[in-house]
Amino acid sequence: MKDNKLPVFLAAAVALLILPLVAQLFGNAWVRIIDIALLYVLLALGLNIVVGYAGLLDLGYVAFYAVGAYIFGLLASGHLTETFPAIAAMFPNGLHLPILLVIPLAAGVAGLAGVLLGAPTLRLRGDYLAIVTLGFGEIIRVFLNNLDHPVNITNGPKGIGPIDSMHFFGFDLGQKHVLFGLEIPPVTNYYYVFLALVVASVVICYRLERSRIGRAWMAIREDEIAAKAMGINTRNMKLLAFGMGATFGGVAGVMFAGYQSFITPEAFSLQESVMIVAMVVLGGIGHIPGVIVGAVMLAALPEVLRYVAGPLQQMTDGRLDASILRQLLIALAMIAIMLARPRGLWPSPEHGKAAPTPVTVK
Amino acid sequence: METFIQQIINGLVLGSMYALVALGYTMVYGIINLINFAHGEVLMVGALVSWTIVTALSGSGLPGWLIMLISLVAAIVICSALNFTIEKVAYRPLRSAPRLAPLITAMGMSLLLQTLAMIIWKPTIKSYPILLPTEPINVFGAVINTVQILILVITAVTLASLMYLVNYTKLGRAMRATAENPRVAGLMGVRPDMVISATFIIGASLAAIAGVMWAANYGSASHTMGFLPGLKAFTAAVFGGIGNLAGAMVGGIALGIIEALGAGYIGALTGGVLGSHYQDIFAFIVLILVLTLRPSGLLGERVADRA
Repeated sequence: MKDNKLPVFLAAAVALLILPLVAQLFGNAWVRIIDIALLYVLLALGLNIVVGYAGLLDLGYVAFYAVGAYIFGLLASGHLTETFPAIAAMFPNGLHLPILLVIPLAAGVAGLAGVLLGAPTLRLRGDYLAIVTLGFGEIIRVFLNNLDHPVNITNGPKGIGPIDSMHFFGFDLGQKHVLFGLEIPPVTNYYYVFLALVVASVVICYRLERSRIGRAWMAIREDEIAAKAMGINTRNMKLLAFGMGATFGGVAGVMFAGYQSFITPEAFSLQESVMIVAMVVLGGIGHIPGVIVGAVMLAALPEVLRYVAGPLQQMTDGRLDASILRQLLIALAMIAIMLARPRGLWPSPEHGKAAPTPVTVK
Repeated sequence: METFIQQIINGLVLGSMYALVALGYTMVYGIINLINFAHGEVLMVGALVSWTIVTALSGSGLPGWLIMLISLVAAIVICSALNFTIEKVAYRPLRSAPRLAPLITAMGMSLLLQTLAMIIWKPTIKSYPILLPTEPINVFGAVINTVQILILVITAVTLASLMYLVNYTKLGRAMRATAENPRVAGLMGVRPDMVISATFIIGASLAAIAGVMWAANYGSASHTMGFLPGLKAFTAAVFGGIGNLAGAMVGGIALGIIEALGAGYIGALTGGVLGSHYQDIFAFIVLILVLTLRPSGLLGERVADRA
């Protein structure tokens, strides 16, 4: 890191650390919006590995998010013990696995699911891949919706809840805490956890992008046949991309389940996948800052707009209510931004190239 | 046996509607390589336009078939104008942009159309009036009604005219030439922009026909009704080999039959463990199986090597 960048980083770090404390002065709803935005940043960073780096258009990404969320939902709620006497006998106090066990488990299962779903699609490219991944996403959603019969695993459309709040070393994120006379509500607790995950993800993505693996992905994205000719094992690299992306999705899912304490299949619809793809592409595909901007914009802006929607609703006699207005603005933003900046709001400086390493010959 | 024939009939009816929508996807894809995500919404707009006209005219004393015909024509005209505009505003400026950009505007368009429909028509499910006779007709123990027979006939006529248009007319030749190579077609005196507009208009007309049929067959219309048929029709197009007209037809009808048979028999086959609410996954399971064995679809010849 160059010296002149250090103050900027420090300022950003301080700003990010005090952001929720400032926001909570205006009400917890604002912190909530920031939390949701961070979750989407996590998801978008994961999808960026698959779509942005490896060039594999995945429209079923939300399936991995669902896998993570349901793993936490099942392992940390009363649902399984209520439905299965055998499990109730094993865990008389209810099945409440600690979060530090669930996160790696969910990451592993989601990653494995990513590899398994990726495997049959290896021969497909581009749009065929898009439709197959979309199909996988839909299949998972249909199962989540219907696996309440004959054996009640997912509780069907009713969803699972209440799910335990997250505990880290006896520290309950779902409780209010008072630190140095400052009251920290649950939303702010979650903010710091999400922030830590996002920072970790950015570092992982940043390192990946500049690693051999990242370069191999980009080679595959630019020209698969050439990449193969250069000795890249395209099969393994693609599976790795699917797996890595899915891992991010799974972890984000656990966070979502713990944060909401309630999940239904509704939350994992195709629209959600489309929204995450849109975040990646709107921001600037394959470029970490761009992806973050895209995710924050699409996740937070519409929420903020809820607050200005009231007057508009009165002006139009209730025809334009907050949720409709919100959808309208998202749709218009997707169209307008792409027309104005087809490469995204903040595209990578050298499009299509690996890490910019200018060689100056003297 | 009756169940089997009944499910085949249901499948043919469902499949012909998929086929009509799938053609719109495949023609657009064949020419500009774009998955037109807003295509299902064109179907929805067609159905809602038709619903508006049918409910407005149903008390006027005009014969039922005439009202249906008027609403069908209106749906075709409005959907064509809509799709023409969408292409001009959202896709044309992005011809030379990175491949994902028009895909995002298409997704945005889909969301926009749904939202606008919600504002114009209110977010409720509307019941579509019954104007045609519904007495069931017996076919080998299975039943079919007038609307379903009409759907089969109209689809057959539409598909035949489309095949004629594409294979034997000047416009059809221009379309095939543009799909092959827009630049060279341009040098030969074809105007690609005009051909692409024509393709969007034809696709919209087919989707409008399918939309009216869908509403009339299931007796309801709403702003979300375009989503699932659109998705299935796209699956059908890929299944048949995207960019291939015959493939889209075969894919659509095959998908309809598979879904109907699957929904009809899954309960019996699994001893009641899985029910017909799993209907929606058959399309995707078949798709995945076919694509892993034949990555370019049933009738697709081109190797899918696009990034």
